[in-house]
Amino acid sequence: MHTVAAAHHDEGKGQYLWVWAVLLLLTAVEVVLAYKQIFQPVQMLEALMVLSLIKSALIIGYFMHLKYEIAAMKWVMMTAVCACLCLMCIFFADAARILQLGVR
Amino acid sequence: MADMAVHGMAGEFEPSLFGTYSKKIGMWLFLLSDSLTFGALLFAYSYNRISNPDWPTPFHKESIINATIMTGCLLSSSLTMVLAVLAARRGDRSWTRNWILLTMLFGSAFVVLHGQEWTKLMGEGMMPWKNPWAATVPQFGGTFFTLTGMHMLHVTIGVIYLGVVALRKAFLPILIAIWGLVFFTTSADSFFHIAVHVLLLGVLIAGVILFLKPKDYDAHDVEIAGLYWHFVDLVWMFIFPLVYLMSTRVTG
Repeated sequence: MHTVAAAHHDEGKGQYLWVWAVLLLLTAVEVVLAYKQIFQPVQMLEALMVLSLIKSALIIGYFMHLKYEIAAMKWVMMTAVCACLCLMCIFFADAARILQLGVR
Repeated sequence: MADMAVHGMAGEFEPSLFGTYSKKIGMWLFLLSDSLTFGALLFAYSYNRISNPDWPTPFHKESIINATIMTGCLLSSSLTMVLAVLAARRGDRSWTRNWILLTMLFGSAFVVLHGQEWTKLMGEGMMPWKNPWAATVPQFGGTFFTLTGMHMLHVTIGVIYLGVVALRKAFLPILIAIWGLVFFTTSADSFFHIAVHVLLLGVLIAGVILFLKPKDYDAHDVEIAGLYWHFVDLVWMFIFPLVYLMSTRVTG
């Protein structure tokens, strides 16, 4: 139908069921970590964010099919959004300043 | 059709940089810009959280269980959505519609559970400008309602979008019926009584699109609707730990 149709690739229900099961498992791990309060808050935040990044990579890669797109699409899309989101971290320095010095 | 015509003329135009059809690239670009919207809201929430040591932790066991079930609903809806895309690629129209309807059911369950959570919090005295747990941190309500409200709006839009793709014009009277049912069966101070008007806006926009450009949605349309839906799921994977799990109250 389209001359630039998406590349055909091997994918089936089994693969999606596996990804779904892993996502549910990681969610369960997150809940247990939070509810048992195994780590201190900062370590907890780090652990939860790592798990969330793994979950988002699975969703983007498999469910959104980015894994099967060509390299140009992967790199342009992901680097742009990741760079912009990382730049937003600059505001956390000011949040830490307020925490240490108060609002001045 | 337009991109087929353009790319069909060999040598006149360059092939797509991303090697796929235009609608999909358009949806990806929209999702990237939308991710910055959510990124900004998540960073605003985190900024306030870092700068306020007295940040409240109001989420008891019931709230965490509720939010975990909501997460399960969204993850399961992503699975059914991807199965709808597979069915659409096979040309199986019946199963495409069935999987999309199941996706909408999971999405609707998420919105109902989330609305109940909001109603409970508001019943405890939490408003965008105050909360009963930390008087010195009024930002908690504002950031919480903005972030989760924006996400809930996206889920609602997603359910309407999928309904239009699966049922086309037949979905409009269903939407109006749901609006009437919710509006006339909930009390005036209920969250659902006010928020349900989003459905009327959805009817208006979907109606304009369906009557101005009626079409039979194909596998590509199902795939890009799926991209939007998975993105909504993806955003929740950050809201859930940051807002709920980091504010868990273990005792009580």
